Amino acid sequence: MVEQVFYWIAFIMTSMTALFAAVMVITRSNPISAAMFLVLNFVSVAILYLLLRFPFIAVIQVMIYAGAIMMLVVFVIMLLNVEEEERRKKIAVSLAQVISVVLVLMLCAQLVVGVGIQKIPGKHGAFTAEQLAEVGDVKAVAQMLFTTYLFPFEIASIILLVGIIGAVILSKKER
Amino acid sequence: MELVYFLIESIVKVVVVFGVLMGAVAYLTLAERKILGRIQVRYGPTRVGPFGLFQPIADGIKAFFKEDLVPAKAHKALFVAAPMISITAAISLFAVIPFGAVIEFFGRKISLVIADLDIGLLYVFAVASLGEYGVVLGGWSGYNKYGLMGALRAAAQMISYEIALALSVMGVLMISGTLNLVEIVQQQAGGHWNAFYHFQFFPFIFYLICALAEINRTPFDMPEAEAELACGFNIEYSSMKFALFFMAEYAHLIAVCAIATTLFLGGWDGPFHLPPTLSWIWFVAKTGVLVYVFIWQRGTFPRLRYDQIMRFGWKFLLPLTLANIFVTGLIMVVRGQ
Repeated sequence: MVEQVFYWIAFIMTSMTALFAAVMVITRSNPISAAMFLVLNFVSVAILYLLLRFPFIAVIQVMIYAGAIMMLVVFVIMLLNVEEEERRKKIAVSLAQVISVVLVLMLCAQLVVGVGIQKIPGKHGAFTAEQLAEVGDVKAVAQMLFTTYLFPFEIASIILLVGIIGAVILSKKER
Repeated sequence: MELVYFLIESIVKVVVVFGVLMGAVAYLTLAERKILGRIQVRYGPTRVGPFGLFQPIADGIKAFFKEDLVPAKAHKALFVAAPMISITAAISLFAVIPFGAVIEFFGRKISLVIADLDIGLLYVFAVASLGEYGVVLGGWSGYNKYGLMGALRAAAQMISYEIALALSVMGVLMISGTLNLVEIVQQQAGGHWNAFYHFQFFPFIFYLICALAEINRTPFDMPEAEAELACGFNIEYSSMKFALFFMAEYAHLIAVCAIATTLFLGGWDGPFHLPPTLSWIWFVAKTGVLVYVFIWQRGTFPRLRYDQIMRFGWKFLLPLTLANIFVTGLIMVVRGQ
């Protein structure tokens, strides 16, 4: 009972933080502030994963997204010395904005229908909750990655290699 | 009732670890000044108290009463947050480090670790990578060109060495087959230390080198190179904010030494057996030796040039740590593990 109450308080607080941080990301004029709120958003999403009892994904989320990728983003912002955005005087509605608003509304409708009304059950994976608790989530992920999903896993590494080679060629100066 | 006992147990452990850590950080500053002084054939601090033993207290009082300046053009929120991020990350590392065997206390089994996480090692890397924001933001938010240069260098250097750092412990992971730090220590019990029994001595050295770069100490202290950057990322900081950065650096130093002890040197396991209630002595002793080595090398090696540091990390440490994964795999196959 106490645990349930704690769980719900933690869930509501972290999801509110995540939403707050997400709103702050798109409203800050200073790019570094926006980046730091994105980090806060990633960390609170990681805590949501923890509440779902999947610590591996939570830690990977913090390590890769909040730690590595956002550090690169901050690095690039500092290196390019991006200035603060100035507040626009007029509000001009472009076609792109109209389309994106319609798309977002459609996504919201989908979420409401899918989660709230229809209660579509998700697809069940190979591991049940009991099995997961027994083998540990890191081992479960590793087993799936190196057996069933070995081919896509290896393909991903080749795509990353192509990306690295492309970056090296693009940044290499002409002799 | 179990929940209440668990809460009491956790709070006591947190208070003890935090207190010991802060005391160790305070006296580590004195120890470093003393040892560096001896290396340079001088005495170090001797005036405050016998052998200068009250020097850390005097330093603390001084830092507390100094004027707290915030530059006019600084980004105020991040300027204040940066030292807090640094110290929080450095202290949080100790949550998963096991410092002793399981002891019995009024019939209740208590393991001497704050949080026995299954993904302890990943937690360490995640928290350490968040702590880097303290240095980077601290340099940027002060609106100072030297600070910004320090922050840029810190970001580039930490990203580079983080990879080699993570790869250097892969061998230990392969051998122990778990990310749980308590289990890693238990598997090394009876002198089966990873650094020697499992041929992980070179990765141990790589880990120490990468850890030096990760906590920005000489010879890798590029973000705060006094001679060229006039203190680098913490240039605009004064008073307690500077002291927080300072404490974070030393807490982080103790943390990386404690993690090295846990992963490579068998944690609380020692050459001869101590009862579980005293097993933490081995852990503290080994960590202390590593901390001494870190201070010793600061008095020994000159600072590298920036491009040399980057080249050393990417072209020397990274291939070697990758090769170690293959070598460890070979050893495991030969031994039939």
